Amino acid sequence: MSTGTTKLDVVVSDVVPVNELVTRFHFRRRDGELLPTFSGGAHVVVEMRDGDRTRLNPYSLMGSPLDTREYTISVRRDDVGRGGSLFMHRSVKPGLEMVISYPVNLFSLDLRAKKHLMLAGGIGITPFMAQTAQLAGEGGNFELHYTCRTASLGTYADVLRERYDRRIRLYHDDRDERIDLDRLLSTQPLGTHLYVCGPAGMINWVRDRAAALGWPSEAVHFEHFAAPQPGLPFDVTLAISGKTIRVDEQQSLLEAIEAAGVDPPYLCRGGVCGQCETNVISYDGKFIHNDHWLSEEDHRSGCKIMPCVSRFEGRSLVLER
Amino acid sequence: MAAKSIISRPVYGTLSPQPGKHHLFIADAEGALAISDMAAKAPAGFFDGAEIDFIPGPDNKHVAALEALRPAQFHQAPSFASLLPRLKQTLGNAHMGLRLYLAGTEGLIGQAMQVALEAGIDHTSMQTEHRGSLARRMQCVHCKGITENVTTQPSTCSHCGLLLLVRDHYSRRLAAFQGVCINAEDRSEIPPMEEAFP
Repeated sequence: MSTGTTKLDVVVSDVVPVNELVTRFHFRRRDGELLPTFSGGAHVVVEMRDGDRTRLNPYSLMGSPLDTREYTISVRRDDVGRGGSLFMHRSVKPGLEMVISYPVNLFSLDLRAKKHLMLAGGIGITPFMAQTAQLAGEGGNFELHYTCRTASLGTYADVLRERYDRRIRLYHDDRDERIDLDRLLSTQPLGTHLYVCGPAGMINWVRDRAAALGWPSEAVHFEHFAAPQPGLPFDVTLAISGKTIRVDEQQSLLEAIEAAGVDPPYLCRGGVCGQCETNVISYDGKFIHNDHWLSEEDHRSGCKIMPCVSRFEGRSLVLER
Repeated sequence: MAAKSIISRPVYGTLSPQPGKHHLFIADAEGALAISDMAAKAPAGFFDGAEIDFIPGPDNKHVAALEALRPAQFHQAPSFASLLPRLKQTLGNAHMGLRLYLAGTEGLIGQAMQVALEAGIDHTSMQTEHRGSLARRMQCVHCKGITENVTTQPSTCSHCGLLLLVRDHYSRRLAAFQGVCINAEDRSEIPPMEEAFP
């Protein structure tokens, strides 16, 4: 059960390859009406029906919030992932009817900011596509620093440069270009808010440096959807439902709970929002926490787990679910 | 220390040294003691990047104690109004990484916070510590006039003369508690006035 979200019946209106790894998908409502309004940074959860298996993956909306005739997402192909992105790339064609969630924003702009400083890494560019469009429409003050591996993998770098010119700074790994982060963070006017989306290592680096340089946490926003990592199969007892289930190698704990007919709350399915937080009743073994929600203390305590992205290895695990 | 009554009533903490290189302290009167206490916990060199703006009040105490902390800048002002242009200038030229510490009376903390909010600092990221008088800055909800240093309950509006109940209802935007007429039904009814905010 997705908390607070209703489903949207959509049809794939276009599929556009962007570069060797990224493809863009356009969705329109099947009834021809406008889609719900969203704000820059929002995501939708896309239901992928792949034979007898259903995957639910979150993707940031990257179109302009000013245009709700269609939603667009960009999906980076992950050849060693759990198959969601491969399904999108291989099986989703124009005309396919799909179901997506209403948009939810866990990475919204703080519009009280005097300036918005955005840092993107790789496919982490997608929420900024919508946020920059939103801000540009309102005459907002922003600056985007975008790191990509190579120019050809700099998804939408050309579009952004064309739209916003010098407000976009590009850094290419293959040319050894690096953000001078400390300098950048030390020279921002008071009232600047910082937004970072990209690989976990980049987010941790930026958050650590910002904190060390005196940025209050209220002004630092980040989003990283952790894809559920595959791992060893394990057994779980759901105490309230009275069921014992097995979580397969390629399945997340949340998916296994859902497959058993139990309906826990969720929103992002990426370890960010906190909706699916589950209490641990007892365990004998070791947790593999992959979320960005629980504190380190929670992780150490062994009392809580985020079933959307985290796993377990050991003899027994009993959850309050 | 102020107790929490309703959600808008501000509560204050204890100053603690924050990471970063630039620190701005605004304090009045006994607020100086909060800075001195915090200094004992601060890492070496902390005040090398600090500015202290201090309003000592009539008895002119605590100035030497603050100067002894050897901040990069020490500035003394006779009143908040006289400090205001400097404060606006400092915040207007400041960069992210500047941390703000407010200590002393509620009126001082509230008014400095009001300026800092406009400069783009989130109120939850400011360090605050209440020391000294409990006197309140009050806005009359009827004539909108502000009365400083209110110590009694009820209290007379210095602008329109209405007798006001000083509420815990606080406005961060106005940096003032709200005062509401206490005898609107019958103006001849005068409840006893007590020294509630000494």
